[in-house]
Amino acid sequence: MSIPTIARHTSIVFSREVRPLLRSPFQMVIAVVQPIMFLALFAPLLPGGATAETLQWFVPGMVAMSCLAAATMTGSNLMLEMATGSHERLLVSPLTRSSLLLGRALKEVVPVIAQALVLVLLTWPFGFAIHPLGILGGVALLALFSVGVGALSFALGLASKHQDWLFWTVQQTLLFPVLLSAGVLLPLDGAPTWLRWLSQANPMTHVVAATRELFAGRYPADTLLAGLAGAVVVLVIGLAVGIRRMQRAD
Amino acid sequence: MSTPAIETTDLTKTFTSGKTATTAVDRLILTIEPGELVALLGPNGAGKSTTLKMITTLLTPTSGTVRLLGHDVAKRPAEARRHFGFVGQGNSAGSLQHGRDEVVVQALAHGLGRRQAAARADEIIDALGLADFAHRPVERLSGGQRRRFDIAIGLVNRPEVLFLDEPSTGLDPASRAHLQGIIRELHEETGATMVLTTHYLDEADAPSQRVVIIDHGRVIADDTAGALKAGLGDLVTLHFDDVCRAAAAADALRRQHDRVEEAGTSVGVRTDDGPTAGLTILDGLRDAGLQIAGIETSHASLDDVFLHLTGRSLRESDSETGESEDVDPDSPDDNRPDPTEPNPTEEVAA
Repeated sequence: MSIPTIARHTSIVFSREVRPLLRSPFQMVIAVVQPIMFLALFAPLLPGGATAETLQWFVPGMVAMSCLAAATMTGSNLMLEMATGSHERLLVSPLTRSSLLLGRALKEVVPVIAQALVLVLLTWPFGFAIHPLGILGGVALLALFSVGVGALSFALGLASKHQDWLFWTVQQTLLFPVLLSAGVLLPLDGAPTWLRWLSQANPMTHVVAATRELFAGRYPADTLLAGLAGAVVVLVIGLAVGIRRMQRAD
Repeated sequence: MSTPAIETTDLTKTFTSGKTATTAVDRLILTIEPGELVALLGPNGAGKSTTLKMITTLLTPTSGTVRLLGHDVAKRPAEARRHFGFVGQGNSAGSLQHGRDEVVVQALAHGLGRRQAAARADEIIDALGLADFAHRPVERLSGGQRRRFDIAIGLVNRPEVLFLDEPSTGLDPASRAHLQGIIRELHEETGATMVLTTHYLDEADAPSQRVVIIDHGRVIADDTAGALKAGLGDLVTLHFDDVCRAAAAADALRRQHDRVEEAGTSVGVRTDDGPTAGLTILDGLRDAGLQIAGIETSHASLDDVFLHLTGRSLRESDSETGESEDVDPDSPDDNRPDPTEPNPTEEVAA
């Protein structure tokens, strides 16, 4: 299947998915309020207080966390549509399999990008330095990573057909270890060796580290490459698993 | 000879869970010509939906082939998907979506441009009387309205073939009748081939309607509803005050009729023309001095046809296996009749 076809089909699926979200102002408000609450409640607890430096460290991590949390929801929204007949109907339409997956994963990520912008603007008066190019790069990196995670969540949703508990158990069990070992909420500076080792094996660690550098307007090649590698690994695995799972019709 | 709309050859689907294998569809052979309206009738778990899912690329056959307008469905699913519309057992329109948006999305998916997709959607929405509900979330519509949106989604690409899987299951009788009317009208207007599955007898019971009866994954009868019922003939049922008289009457009747069945104090006779035969039988038995307590004549129903073919009643088969046909290929055991269960012939023959 050609790239333009996949792009066109993905945009059809994406627009379809986004429409109910745009029609529900309440959901949009929640989407914006949530990171603000996190920031207000979490940032004062960080060592050093809510200084510019702390914000510079914390905000990119929060954006990454929102991305991960949202992307893992891809599969749950898919399960809702599998319970009715709308997923089945899209499966027998000429839409390509990969676009059904990509469109859904992207839909979960886009609100998060809006959240990122809100966070950045809100923390600006408190000393968060804005580097537009870096933020753009960081958001792009997180989007790549999130689509990969979304695809994995999609595959998990397909695998847990009619067994919602399976989806939630796996999602909840994996979400926090991945977040914490990636050093998203708390720095891992004083961590024991095994935890550091686990952290290094977690692709998200490298994605978050690169995002922090980008948001700060720094471009160290090795960190950025490691971040990109982490995101691409997740993306490739996610797409491979997700598309394969979907092509197995039964 | 034109290419058949649908042609299956030894179509088979076996589900395996653990060590047990269940054959849902068993070497099914079916040919449907372009423009036909065909009802696949059978009890729940008979394999109707599994057959439909294999034809519509949702399931891969274990063996055998399906050709849709000449395209091998398993080998080239993407090609096949361009040519048909599908109304599944669930609602096609997402519950949070607006009905019209879903119809437009389907048109876009079939490659129409924005403007054309919108025009096509409005056309079919108007035709189905849905304009007033077009901009409401689907979850707030009635069952019948949702079903009509599903049909709009299925038809917006003007498919050559439309599949409807249990289209009226779950609807109240009035909505069901309305929907059946719509399907027949659309069939006449569009000239599309339409294939629907049902376990409702009335849905398949128009005289000229082609009915394919499926049981245990195989086609056990295939003709118009009228012909299937005519083949069975009418039933004259005679009631007597006691079993002895009934037995004596049955003996007498067997001299003139082939198909005579006793059941307690009643005797049933199958004949070509029930009302006329009933009068003759009445006279004959009176002459023989056998007093009759009551008499009924009835035309054969599709349920009688099914009972005759399988020894089971379609209605009873339904209540045995639950409300809806198995929709989940991953757990084929749920709604399928247990093959180890004896045929409940005796219970239903009465």
